[in-house]
Amino acid sequence: MSKNIRIRSAIVLVICIAAFVYLAPTITSNLPDLWKQYLPTEKIRLGLDLQGGMHLVLEVDTQKAVEITLTQIANDLKEALMDKRIKFRRIETMKNYTIALDMPDNPSREAMETMVKNSYPDLEVASTETHEGIITVNLKIKDNRAQDIRKQAVEQSLETIRNRVDQFGISEPEIIPQGDDRIIVQLPGIKDTARAKNLIGKTALLEFKLVDEEHSLDDALKGNVPEGSVIAYGYDLDRSTGRRTSMPYLLKEKTLMTGGYIERARVEIGDRFGEPHVSIKFNAQGSKDFDRITADNVKKRLAIVLDGNVHSAPVINERISGGQAQITGSFTMDEARDLAIVLRAGALPAPVNILEERTVGPSLGQDSIDKGLWSSIIGGILVIIFMIIYYKASGIVADIALILNMILLLGTMAAFKATLTLPGIAGIALTIGMAVDANVLINERIREEIRLGKTPRAAIEGGYTKAFLTILDTNVTTLVAALFLFGFGTGPVKGFAVTLTIGIAASMFTAVVVTRIIYDYFVWNRKIEKLSI
Amino acid sequence: MEFIKSETHFDFVGMMKMAVTCSLAVIIVGIASVIFHGGLNLGIDFAGGTLIQVKLKNDVPVENIRKALEPLGFERSIIQQFGPQEILIRTAELSANLNDLSGNINTAFDASLGKDAYDVRRVEVVGPKVGKDLTQKAIFAIIFSWIGILIYVGIRFEFRYALGGIIALVHDVLVAMTALSLTGKEFDLNIVAALLTIVGFSINDTIVIFDRIRENTRKNIRMTLFDCINLSVNQTLSRTILTSLTVFIVLLVLFFFGGAVIHDFAFTLLVGVLVGTYSTVFIASPIVLLFEKIKPSKAKGK
Repeated sequence: MSKNIRIRSAIVLVICIAAFVYLAPTITSNLPDLWKQYLPTEKIRLGLDLQGGMHLVLEVDTQKAVEITLTQIANDLKEALMDKRIKFRRIETMKNYTIALDMPDNPSREAMETMVKNSYPDLEVASTETHEGIITVNLKIKDNRAQDIRKQAVEQSLETIRNRVDQFGISEPEIIPQGDDRIIVQLPGIKDTARAKNLIGKTALLEFKLVDEEHSLDDALKGNVPEGSVIAYGYDLDRSTGRRTSMPYLLKEKTLMTGGYIERARVEIGDRFGEPHVSIKFNAQGSKDFDRITADNVKKRLAIVLDGNVHSAPVINERISGGQAQITGSFTMDEARDLAIVLRAGALPAPVNILEERTVGPSLGQDSIDKGLWSSIIGGILVIIFMIIYYKASGIVADIALILNMILLLGTMAAFKATLTLPGIAGIALTIGMAVDANVLINERIREEIRLGKTPRAAIEGGYTKAFLTILDTNVTTLVAALFLFGFGTGPVKGFAVTLTIGIAASMFTAVVVTRIIYDYFVWNRKIEKLSI
Repeated sequence: MEFIKSETHFDFVGMMKMAVTCSLAVIIVGIASVIFHGGLNLGIDFAGGTLIQVKLKNDVPVENIRKALEPLGFERSIIQQFGPQEILIRTAELSANLNDLSGNINTAFDASLGKDAYDVRRVEVVGPKVGKDLTQKAIFAIIFSWIGILIYVGIRFEFRYALGGIIALVHDVLVAMTALSLTGKEFDLNIVAALLTIVGFSINDTIVIFDRIRENTRKNIRMTLFDCINLSVNQTLSRTILTSLTVFIVLLVLFFFGGAVIHDFAFTLLVGVLVGTYSTVFIASPIVLLFEKIKPSKAKGK
C-alpha cells in the first residue's frame, strides 16, 4: 500500500508542479533568466472587462459587395457589347440586384445571350419580357457565385482590418469572424477609441476620376447633372477656426483607376507649409496604368477621391511615368498617418457597420481586478477557517485540496491561454463552493461510517467509495451544463463557463485523489487510531 | 463541530403540499410583478441602447448631468448612482454616429462639468440587431443546458428523477427572476450567467439527494418511496446545510466587496442558493414521488 501511495503522490506532485510552473509568470514578473529561457512566461490573459480596452462587433455589408460586383460586370458588359457591335437600347443595374438590358430585336438578344454564356460565367438570365417590340432581358448573378462574393467580402474585410490594426501598433489585438457576416475586433488597452474606430471602419476606396470640365458645375448643382457625370464634394479644414468647409466638384462617373495597385504609402511633410501629405507609389501594373491615364489626359484635371470625398483635383501638367502620386488635402498629422495605413492595407470590399461597442477604461478594469481578487481571497479565507472549525484535522486536509484546486485552476487557464473575465472570477467563486461540497460529501460519509463503529481505515474506504458516485454525478451534471454554456453562450456566459469547466475538473481531482492520498498516508503509514473529523 | 448531532426525522415529504403552495404563490407574485412592470427590466445587452459609466471628482447633481447629456440627445436617460461618486447613464437611444460617440461624450462633459472633473470609465453600445441575437443565444444556451442535464440524469437515474430535477431548477430560476423583478434589477448578460450558476448549484444539490434515494431504495426494498425519500433528505441534511452555508458565505463577500459590477450578480446568486436549497428538499424529491403515484416504476413493483 505504501508503494501505491508513493506512486500516486508522485503523479499528483508532477501535476501540481506543472500547474505552478504555468502560474508563476502571473504571480511575479521577476523570474530568473534561466526560467525565462526554458519555461513558460505567459501571464493569464485578462478579458477586456478587466484590463480595459475596446470590443467591437462589425457587420460586413455583403449585399453591397454583391452590388459593387454587379455594377462592375455591367460596365464591362456594356463595353463588350459595343466592341462586338451588338445592338442594345439600354443597360442598367437595377435595385433588385439584376442587370436590365433592352434589346431591339431577337438576333441581337441571341448574340448577347451567347456572349454572356461564353464570357460571363457568373451571370444567368433571370427573366425575359417583351414590351412594345423591345425585349427586356434581366441578368442576375448566379446564386452560388453571389454566395462566394459574400464569403470573400467577409474574408477580405477580416484580412484588411487585421492589416490595419497590425500597422496601427496595438499589442495582442484579436480579430475573429463570427457567424456569416460579422467580425469581432478586440483591442486591449486602446486609449483613442474614436481614432481606432475610424481606422477600422473606413472603406478607404481610393479612386481617380476626371473632372468634367465640358459642362457647367452651376447647372449641375441646379439639378441638371449631365449623363455620365456626378457631383462630389471636397472638404477643406480651416486651421484657424477648425471649421470644415465643403466644395462641390463635377466629376466624370467613370473610375479610371483605384487604389488597388498601391505598393507603398507614407506620410511626408510638404516643403512650403510644413503640412503633411500622403505620398503613394504604385506597383508595376499600377505605374503602367497611371502612365497611360496621365498621358491621355494632359492638361485635364484629375480628381483623387477617397470614399466619395474629393481630396484634391490637380491639373495633369505632363505624363507621369514613375508611378508616384501625392494625396494632399488639409490633414492633421494623425489623419495623414492613418490614411497611409489604410491605403497600404487596402480598401474594404464592402462597407462595415458597427453593431456593438464596449469600451472599458483601464482604471475601471483595475478596480474590478482588485475588488474581484480581494473578495475571492476573503471568501476563500473564511471558507478555510470554517472548514477547520467544522472538521478539525480533516478540515485542514480539505483546505489543502482547496488551495491546490485554485493553483490547478489558474495554472490550467494560463497553460491553455484561456481568458479570465469578470464573470470568470464569479465562476471561480462557484468552483470554491463545488470543491468544498465534494469534501463535505466525503467527510460526512466518513462520519456516518464512524458512527456505525468502523475503524478509521474502513471508514475512509467506505466513505470515499460511497461519496465518489455522488461527486461524479453532481460534477458531471454541472459539467454537462457548463459545456453547453460554453458552446452556445457568448461573452460573459462563455467566460463563466470556461472557469467553471476547468474548476470542476480540478475540484474532482483534488477532492477525490489528493485528499485520499493524505488520509491513506495517515492510516496506513502512520497507523493512526482515531480520525480527527 | 456538528450542526445536526444525531439522526433527524423531519417529515419533509409531508410538507410537500404546503411547499408547493408557497412556491406557486411566489411565482404568481413574480409573474404579476413582471406584468405590472411591463416586462423584465432588460439591460442594453438585450434591449439595445447605450450605457455610459462615469466617475466624478465631486458630487454633481443629477440635473446637471442630465443637462450635460442634452447635446447628445440622451437627456431622457436613466441616471443612477453606481458606487461612490460614480454614475451609470443608460438610454435606449442609439447615437446616430457611433464613430464619434466617445468624442462627443467628452466634448459634452468638458463643456458642462469641466475638463478634469470626470473620467468616462465604460461605454457600451449595443445595436438592436445584436440585442436580439444575444437574447436568442442566451435562451438557447439555457435551454440546451437543461436538455443536457435532462439526458444525463435520465441515463444515470430514471426519467422521473430527471423531470423532478428540471422542474426544481426551473422553479429556482423563476423565483430568482421574481426577486429581480420585485427589486427592479436590470436583466443583462451577467444576470444570465448568474441564473445559469443557480441552475448548476440547484442541480448539484438535487443530485446529491437523488443519489441517496437511489442508494436507499436498493438497500431497503421493503421501504415505501415516501419513507425512503424522507430518510434520504434527513440523512443528507447536514451536508445540504453545510455546503449551502459555505457557498452563501462566499457570495456574501462578493455581494459586499465585489464591486458594483459584481453586486447584482451576487445578489441573484444569493437568492438562488437559498431557493436552490429549499427546492432540493421540498420540491425536487416530492415530485419524484408524485410521478411514482401516477405511474409506479417497475423496479419498485417487485
